[in-house]
Amino acid sequence: MLKLAMMWLAGFSLLVALPGVAQVHETKLTNGMQVLVKEDHRAPVVVSQVWYKVGSSYEDLGITGISHVLEHMMFKGTAKYVAGEFSRIIAENGGSENAFTGRDYTAYFQQLEKSRLPISMKLEADRMRNLTLPAEEFSKELAVVMEERRLRTDDNPRALTREQFYATAFVSSPYQNPIIGWMNDLKNLRVEDLHAWYQNWYAPNNATLVVVGDVEAQAVFELAEQSFGKLAPGEVESPKPRQEVPQNGVRRITVKVPAELPYLMMGYKVPVLSTAKEEWEPYALEMLAGILGGSNSARFPRELVREQQIAAGANVSYDLFARQADLLVIDATPAQGHTLEEVQQAIASQIARLKTELVSEEELARIKAQVVAHEVYEQDSVFYQAMQLGMLETTGLGWRKVDEYPEQIRAITAEQVQAVARKYLVEDGLTVAVLEPQPLNEKTLASAKE
Amino acid sequence: MTRLQKSIALLTLVGLVIVAMWLGERPARETIQAPVTSNGLTIESWHTRNGARVLFVQAPQLPMVDVRIVFDAGSARDHAKAGLAAIVNTMLNQGAGEWDTNALAERFDSVGAQSGNSTARDMAVLQLRSLAEPPLLNKAVKTMAAIINEPRFEPTELERVRKQVLLGLKNQLQSPGKIADKAFYQALYRAHPYATPTSGETDSVTQISREELLAFYQQYYVGRNAVVAIVGALDKHTAEQLAEQLVGKLPKGKAARDVPQVSELSEATTVEKAYPSAQTHILVGQPGMKRGDPDYFDLYVGNHILGGSGFSSRIMKTIRDEHGLAYSAYSYFLPMRQEGPFIMGLQTKNDSRDQALTLLDQTLREFIEQGPSEEELTHAKMNITGGFPLRIDSNRDIVEYLAMLGFYDLPLDYLSTFNSKVNAVTVDSIRDAFSRRVDPGRLLTVTVGQNQSE
Repeated sequence: MLKLAMMWLAGFSLLVALPGVAQVHETKLTNGMQVLVKEDHRAPVVVSQVWYKVGSSYEDLGITGISHVLEHMMFKGTAKYVAGEFSRIIAENGGSENAFTGRDYTAYFQQLEKSRLPISMKLEADRMRNLTLPAEEFSKELAVVMEERRLRTDDNPRALTREQFYATAFVSSPYQNPIIGWMNDLKNLRVEDLHAWYQNWYAPNNATLVVVGDVEAQAVFELAEQSFGKLAPGEVESPKPRQEVPQNGVRRITVKVPAELPYLMMGYKVPVLSTAKEEWEPYALEMLAGILGGSNSARFPRELVREQQIAAGANVSYDLFARQADLLVIDATPAQGHTLEEVQQAIASQIARLKTELVSEEELARIKAQVVAHEVYEQDSVFYQAMQLGMLETTGLGWRKVDEYPEQIRAITAEQVQAVARKYLVEDGLTVAVLEPQPLNEKTLASAKE
Repeated sequence: MTRLQKSIALLTLVGLVIVAMWLGERPARETIQAPVTSNGLTIESWHTRNGARVLFVQAPQLPMVDVRIVFDAGSARDHAKAGLAAIVNTMLNQGAGEWDTNALAERFDSVGAQSGNSTARDMAVLQLRSLAEPPLLNKAVKTMAAIINEPRFEPTELERVRKQVLLGLKNQLQSPGKIADKAFYQALYRAHPYATPTSGETDSVTQISREELLAFYQQYYVGRNAVVAIVGALDKHTAEQLAEQLVGKLPKGKAARDVPQVSELSEATTVEKAYPSAQTHILVGQPGMKRGDPDYFDLYVGNHILGGSGFSSRIMKTIRDEHGLAYSAYSYFLPMRQEGPFIMGLQTKNDSRDQALTLLDQTLREFIEQGPSEEELTHAKMNITGGFPLRIDSNRDIVEYLAMLGFYDLPLDYLSTFNSKVNAVTVDSIRDAFSRRVDPGRLLTVTVGQNQSE
């Protein structure tokens, strides 16, 4: 993988001696469950993650947030272990655990001293098929999730803006809905809805087990067979393809909420790996994002923040591993004395420049150097390694994309960056949201009530 | 531009139980221990010629190096100029030696190195992660050395940073959590240096002059005030050279004076702040304990049971599981040079504020009066000692841990004795420590939200 990697490190004619990147071992149980194992013998620990192909992008309006609520309820008991037992047993074994829900996946994890791995597998296998979903636990946990929504979104002006931004950018794609769900949908969620959701998606043939740590792959496979192998597969219907309708012109919204600072979000419709006709395009967009905002020497921090001092901060984000076509998002805060319009114009000039002027070899080289270094750094975290494998497997791309990433990025040229800028960073595919701060005083106290 | 970070931005977790771990001084870190026998973590320690303490662990498995440099130059040294320490720390990499800010950033990025800085109440931190390949590492270290030894403190850059900091302060005003945090420290520490926010106040930040930055830098960024932690694929000799290169040329200087003692609260105090939020943020606490505190293990293990262990803790069970009042509910001790705070916290919809406060108070009083049960204590010990290997399973964990040990002058066998000290804690020793150290009749209570008690 490193063959010719180093040419771009101008001035250094050497090879970075990367350690042999550990191999991923893969098997599939007879019930359809995918198992991935990566050995890392640096410390006597293991991380175990179970990933399900379900998340907010599988939800329809009316039940938004259900995947995440179900994630919470997965800690609330099975026929064998009552609510809280799962966490108690993991804790007693020195483990730490949690779970997370994204647009395209729901995942559960435990980090443990290596000899405790069987315990976590046994418990995960149990709750994959035997969840009880008690009604009284559901009503309390739903209240907890509403508090989570208030904490993350309702009391956070930028998060509110972000939510409105996605709801505007996407018309028919499920990416229009927030992962945590709309408050009204949460209020009307019923435990029966959760039963159905659980039946639909929680089955071994819709799940991937990822284990990384001080383990032997073969032993993990056997353990997985013992724990999960006896579970019956489910009838999992693939989600209906809900593609975004074409966008034929810029969309602009204003979000007026109590806040101190204005804020800008701009999103361009772009392909991702799972939707791109040309496979290099998402990598070129990834490179483009890096050129603009990927590090402290990128164009936004250098030019918008430090030189022109128009923005106090400006970032670019792009998830090339998303399951559905997505946005390349730019967000920015104007510097003191500058307006949202000025920031928008400055960003527009940056984008125009990408289209007319080839990015320099030095800039490309810096991004590539960071990618190579990151390949090493990420091996410092077993959790990160497991997360990458699980995410890619679950979004349908396959874990091998992890290994392809550095090569693909290295192959990107200045011309390709220019090409994707010209093709995708166009106004007809643009959505703009601006946060117009309203005073944070007594007047707004009354109206801000939910 | 890590791929994972981008994706993580879109996640929502089931539990925010690890909230305390992300705070400035990382309260969970003090529990780390090195199983010298089990995974061969050997700490070597020495001083540079100018008196800086170095702690080093050789980790040859990955071709990378982590360095964490800590100066006793946190905001506790601000005196009348709140925000001074943080601005000095921020200004270090805004032009140094022959390189301006952009050139410094390019130098790090060109070799794939990651650098960072941060300021807390006790300490100012610089960190560097680089590939171990000598030409790459050398370029990164040379750049970091300029940042530490030759910061320019250019007036134009200062004005830009000042504006950024002022905007950051405004940004805090749109976060009820940040408002609560600031109010809590102010009311808890009053005239003590820990009272002022690390990021400063609008007035003080507006006034800070370049001369003050220089004076602060010259006084506190000196050899005797520095600790260097190094973990990575290099031998001791190379680590010695690296430490000398980074901090060895700084003047020897003087170690910073002791941080003043913290005085207890004389009575129960309540601070209510009106804010147009859907939730009320609640922080309840007192001055807690120091690093190296004689009651450390009793308070640490006790708090683990009270509110420090997420889903297993009493506060979480009461507030979240039984009553569905909050997403995040916790307690922690934040041990610092002097008594850092003991804090219980949660956020709940405005209407539930009083109920949550009552439950929090009851939970604490019951714990202090009765202590934990034997079963709870056994469970906590199993969790803490059984999970020990997780605490030092990465170079990043180890380097943070080394810096903490060095900065607070904790013994190097702290690691190998940690589990036995945890196991020595008893129900009685926890009850005794809590009854002496936490007084439920003299708590500070801060609420930020839409108040009902008006």
